[in-house]
Amino acid sequence: MSQVASMHSAVEPAESPLTPENWGKLGMWIFLVGDAMGFGTLLAGYGAMRYGSVDWPNPLERLGINLTAFMTFLLICSSVTMVKGLESIRLRDRGKAKMYLALTALGGAGFLGLQVFEWTHLIEGGLKIYANPWGASLFGTTFFIITGFHGLHVTGGVIYLLVMLSIVSKASNALGPGWTYNVVEITGLYWHFVDLVWIMVFTFIYLL
Amino acid sequence: MAEAHASPNYWMIWFYLFILTVVEIAVVLSHPPKLLLVIALVSLALAKAAMVAAYFMHLRFEARTLSLIALTPLVLGTLLIFILIPDHSAVPHKTDPGIKPAAVQSH
Repeated sequence: MSQVASMHSAVEPAESPLTPENWGKLGMWIFLVGDAMGFGTLLAGYGAMRYGSVDWPNPLERLGINLTAFMTFLLICSSVTMVKGLESIRLRDRGKAKMYLALTALGGAGFLGLQVFEWTHLIEGGLKIYANPWGASLFGTTFFIITGFHGLHVTGGVIYLLVMLSIVSKASNALGPGWTYNVVEITGLYWHFVDLVWIMVFTFIYLL
Repeated sequence: MAEAHASPNYWMIWFYLFILTVVEIAVVLSHPPKLLLVIALVSLALAKAAMVAAYFMHLRFEARTLSLIALTPLVLGTLLIFILIPDHSAVPHKTDPGIKPAAVQSH
């Protein structure tokens, strides 16, 4: 049986042991655990480079937290609209589900726009990936690589959410528990993970 | 498990996350000693991450083993911090002034 056929049919070839309702959810969790290891490695490497440096610039002074605090707030908001969207699908309210998914994608796009603004501002202020006027050049390298890697995840997430929005918009896709609910739940896992990673990035890159 | 559990109050979780973020910023702006700052911020970040994972990602309502799987990167990441100690504790390093932007622009 092909993968697509098994996702659409009521009969699963075998039951996933940890997520009995569908295999995709287990697959997403395994992917996220690997992805978390990627971010964990970047942050641990960042910590090691910063700790070993004697001229690391003060992030609080150089990066500023007003804008990023707002970006954090925006991602938290987009996480709550994501779960509300999923809840609306379970309650078979297509209008609300579409609205919440669109708001979630909008939150992600707003986050990206602000990140572009922030990067532009910092680059104009002298922060480059290879050097900066204040001290350790790795300050810029780690900043752009880690926030950039996260930004790419948000970009992927916005596209992923727009695909889900079109799936939920189709009247032929039944709402309530079932295939549509499952694929959107899996998208939600990815989206909340991106929010979770930002909580860590915000703490280690901007606040500490 | 679409209908196996009642939805948690998502707006409450959102509110807690918002409050914890405000607390984080208040901690930073009060300039506590470095060690205290690190302990406070890491605890707050872990609390926020745990709330997102438990309620938004529904880990609380899944099989316990899935939570254990989700915890492995945290354990391995923490281990990695110790693994990297030899790399940064040997010699403190300072950036060569020759590679700062001012010097780059001069030639």
